[in-house]
Amino acid sequence: MAETSDFSTYRYPDEHGRFGPYGGRFVPETLMPALEELETAYLQAHSDAAFQAELTRLFQTYVGRPTPITHARRLSAHLGGAQIYLKREDLAHSGAHKINNALGQALLVQRMGKRRIVAETGAGQHGVATATAAALLGIDCVVYMGTVDMARQAPNVFRMKLLGAEVRGVDSGSKTLKDAINEAIRDWVTNVRTTHYLLGSALGPHPYPTLVRDFQSVIGREARRQLLDPAAGGPGRLPDAVVACVGGGSNAIGVFHPFLADEGVRLVGVEAGGRGIQSGEHAARFADPLVSRLGVLQGTKSFVMQDADGQIALTHSVSAGLDYASVGPEHAWLRDLGRSTYTYATDAEALAAFKLLCEMEGIIPALESAHAVAEVIKLAPQMGRDAVILVNLSGRGDKDLDTVMREIG
Amino acid sequence: MKRTGVERIQAAFAKAQAEGRAAFMPYQMLGHPTLEASPAIIQALAAAGADLFELGLPFSDPLADGPVIQAAGQRALENGATVERCLALVQELAAAIPHIPFCLMGYINPLLAYGLARFVADAAAAGADGLIVPDLPPDEPEAEELSALCRQHGLATVFLLAPTSTAERIRLGVARSQGFVYLVSVAGITGARERLPDDLAAFVQRARAEAQRQAPGRPLYLAVGFGISTPALSAQVAQIADGVIVGSALVKLAEQSGDDPAQAVASFAAELAQAARRSPDGRGQAAGLS
Repeated sequence: MAETSDFSTYRYPDEHGRFGPYGGRFVPETLMPALEELETAYLQAHSDAAFQAELTRLFQTYVGRPTPITHARRLSAHLGGAQIYLKREDLAHSGAHKINNALGQALLVQRMGKRRIVAETGAGQHGVATATAAALLGIDCVVYMGTVDMARQAPNVFRMKLLGAEVRGVDSGSKTLKDAINEAIRDWVTNVRTTHYLLGSALGPHPYPTLVRDFQSVIGREARRQLLDPAAGGPGRLPDAVVACVGGGSNAIGVFHPFLADEGVRLVGVEAGGRGIQSGEHAARFADPLVSRLGVLQGTKSFVMQDADGQIALTHSVSAGLDYASVGPEHAWLRDLGRSTYTYATDAEALAAFKLLCEMEGIIPALESAHAVAEVIKLAPQMGRDAVILVNLSGRGDKDLDTVMREIG
Repeated sequence: MKRTGVERIQAAFAKAQAEGRAAFMPYQMLGHPTLEASPAIIQALAAAGADLFELGLPFSDPLADGPVIQAAGQRALENGATVERCLALVQELAAAIPHIPFCLMGYINPLLAYGLARFVADAAAAGADGLIVPDLPPDEPEAEELSALCRQHGLATVFLLAPTSTAERIRLGVARSQGFVYLVSVAGITGARERLPDDLAAFVQRARAEAQRQAPGRPLYLAVGFGISTPALSAQVAQIADGVIVGSALVKLAEQSGDDPAQAVASFAAELAQAARRSPDGRGQAAGLS
């Protein structure tokens, strides 16, 4: 493992779209010109003050940014250790951090002159965010969703339809997020001249991991400023640890990135432990070297859960948004560099955390975010009362009520 | 001296050209519809006039493929068609039909899992002649690694070009391909279509001009695939390209033809191969397509 202590000069990806050995562009040739066009458009937009001003305006006047941080006093006291601060992405318009990236990319779509977007969704949060951005900007929107996920996230399916999106069920493979991405990419290959693929996580071929990270980094920038500022409800200091759940890893990379150069801040990603690592039914890509190895899935090189023959493994998580066989390439790289660490929470631990946050703080978290809370429940008691943990509460849990009712009644 | 895979591929195209036709290159998914029927179908296709073969290695998440080849891959996996079993089938076929070159088409992840160096060595030893990896563009470092390995073993690396490819990408794909370049007829995934896109002839012409520009004497052929499902479409493509690749239509027939898929596939393939013979005024008709 490489060790780099100075992250103030961290500049990834490289010119080939690589984060060390991870990332790249593993797609059919038909899509390569579209990726090159997207990269060019993004680089121009990134340094265009007018684009950034428009995005900021929408963040403030439409999304409701900055989202606050909340000092979880009762939870902190209950756990008897570190002071826990929640970054309230659940309060962002449409209910999760996904809107940050959806709006950013939708503005890029306008700039590129395309009129149609396709997207995949697992938990439905990215699909809802994309449908929302498409409605706001008047762009046609098709969302692909595995039929298993449609069943467990029915309210979000209805939301997308209300917002004017067409939701197409995907019946292939495990009928979850991975299969929805396959179908979205197939649609994109076929309609690439008029269509943009609005990928929702820090995954996929270059430049997606980078532009999703950049659009989501608003989370970490705000949280860092708020923690340092007592007037914003912060403790007036940097946190000792930042904790976030990791499916593809977009909320985690967004909250981690602005803290990379802060040496004393531990960055902890929490994967879906499902029914436990031993069971084989999980989505903990960093925790199970027996089934998770370096590979390529859906355009990017990273850790991939697969069998000995390189066929992609089925994954399981109680939360649809974490139920994916690979993980964003930059997470793999930050882990190699020793800058972030990854652990997991099982379905049962996430459900217990879900319940505890409801009861202690009056906040119903998304099941995805509950995985991060589950890690905080383990971590906080080991730390002193003056220690600070920031946990990214990436989304709200209304969409998960049916699942939770089934699981814990 | 034994000819390399690149030379065998070139010879197959040259022979078709000398006979006034486009080379006919059927696709089959190895291990589909069953491990036993798969080699029988491929041998029947050889007898029906195949000049080269494109043989698919199944993958769980084939994002360049339409429903027919997705389902075939899924079935092949259920039949136990691992990379190792597929290479064993290739070895069996290479012994049975030694005069016809085989290009393997497989997605990158199973090849990485097998190990690129080990895969190329074993594929060459089994009798494969070329390699097509649809989710590995020529500019990724892994493509350079694969090309170097293939050169060591005389295997052709074949890259794909699409109607969306820019001049720069056509330059790259032509430069890195050996034996032939795989021209994707249409922006999209594999699967039958009713007609060819209007811009196909112009696209083939752009690729041909680039091949001529780079190395006028180099035997690099242009084969067109994706969506070619009928003898009529095969005939149209034969007027403008050096090779016609037919996949989904034949795979579907193999799936649906009950007890004797080999016979059904072979008789349809014979029609496709016949259609790939050019009309007397040959390429002159290409203009009619554009």
